[in-house]
Amino acid sequence: MKYTEDHEWLRVEDDLIVVGITEHAAEQLGDVVFVELPETETQVTKGDDAVVIESVKAASDIVAPVDGEIVAVNDDLADNPGLVNEDPLGGAWFFKIKVDDMSQLDGYMDEDAYKEMIS
Amino acid sequence: MPELERTPLFDLHVSQGAKLVPFAGYEMPVQYAPGVMKEHLWTREHAGLFDVSHMGQVILRAKSGTVEDAAASLETLVPVSVLGLKEGRQRYALFTNEAGGILDDLMVARKDDHLLLVVNAACKAEDIAHLVANLSESCEITPITDRALVALQGPAAEAALAQLVPAVADMRFMDATDLDWNGVPLWITRSGYTGEDGFEISVPTDQVAAFADHLLAIETVAPIGLGARDSLRLEAGLCLYGNDIDTTTSPVEAALEWAIQKVRRTGGDRAGGFPGADRILRELDEGAARRRVGLLPQTRAPMRAGTEIFAGDTAVGTITSGAFGPSLEAPMSMGYVATEHSQTGTELTGDVRGKCLPVTVADLPFRPSTYKR
Repeated sequence: MKYTEDHEWLRVEDDLIVVGITEHAAEQLGDVVFVELPETETQVTKGDDAVVIESVKAASDIVAPVDGEIVAVNDDLADNPGLVNEDPLGGAWFFKIKVDDMSQLDGYMDEDAYKEMIS
Repeated sequence: MPELERTPLFDLHVSQGAKLVPFAGYEMPVQYAPGVMKEHLWTREHAGLFDVSHMGQVILRAKSGTVEDAAASLETLVPVSVLGLKEGRQRYALFTNEAGGILDDLMVARKDDHLLLVVNAACKAEDIAHLVANLSESCEITPITDRALVALQGPAAEAALAQLVPAVADMRFMDATDLDWNGVPLWITRSGYTGEDGFEISVPTDQVAAFADHLLAIETVAPIGLGARDSLRLEAGLCLYGNDIDTTTSPVEAALEWAIQKVRRTGGDRAGGFPGADRILRELDEGAARRRVGLLPQTRAPMRAGTEIFAGDTAVGTITSGAFGPSLEAPMSMGYVATEHSQTGTELTGDVRGKCLPVTVADLPFRPSTYKR
């Protein structure tokens, strides 16, 4: 698992990465009430806004962590946005991205480095 | 940045696990451990205790000594019948400006020989200056600095507060009564900002922590932060000054005609005589070009303050408050739309991040209020 400074976690599944947000981020957001997911088959560039999360407090963006193509999105979140608070590391993944260049992951933090960042 | 002020309940907020944020110059609890959603629902089901000590409490006393003179003086600043307020009763009011805009909204209670005003935290310095500038010839204006203010709201509020002060059970909505708790003089009104039955209680600063501890020891009472206060008031259709009303909105545009009693309107015995009367009286008769309405987004995407509203391709308004309604289980907003599009049921669209999403004009409140009338 890799982590971004934007509190996203990235899990590699073959040539895909699965993207979600950390427990810390979910806690900071508060109760999530709406998730706007990207379309599949969308090409994204690292840093593009990919997902909008609306919590009881405000809207926040999740950015694409790497260049690639969105190949799957988690439709469960449309009906049950609260999953982001209940199961941020599991059931509440946002999208899967087919990565152009896996070496783009190299710059991201491992778990220890992320834990240090939020401590 | 100026130092943030703290209310007398600051230590209690910290001990209750509050997340503190700057609000109107104060360090205030936006939420406690359960979070906004659970705190909101707790208030609707049981009773929520809110620290609203940042709000301004001001006594207005006529130099003549009679409360009628204080009321007549205040009527020169608000389009409200203050003289018509009976002793022991409270009423919603608005400070207006010469342009017919709203300087602040406030509550006015008539006590035996004075009026007690409760004004918004962010406006209190300006409000006090406004009172002094306009009324100091006839009245003494005394900001209350040795009292805190808490609100206890929800269906269990009466039973909880009655454990400490049994006589509150005899109060009805908008009553204002002074009662004792173990010798501590409380100024209590049966009112609030949630759409629920409940009370606002002014407590001497040095007693408020003990008072709050006694309430929180009751199992139906939980501390509630400003986050839930906002979603509760929005479900109840109540305006937030600075968002939904301000100096650019008139009382008629803001759909607050109900706050302007007949006696202050054209043809009434004390018609006009408040700042902006020309415009406000005219709008009462003829209507205004835009109107504050409820707006229910038809998808799950909340429409927040600033969202532009369209009828077809034409911009017809703007959202001024928007959030998710935990009791509605749906997003809800209020805002201003051109009057011809303000009919309940009118289907409009809102521009959410570049997408036009459907939104329907709805009656306020979104959820029926449960005041003890």
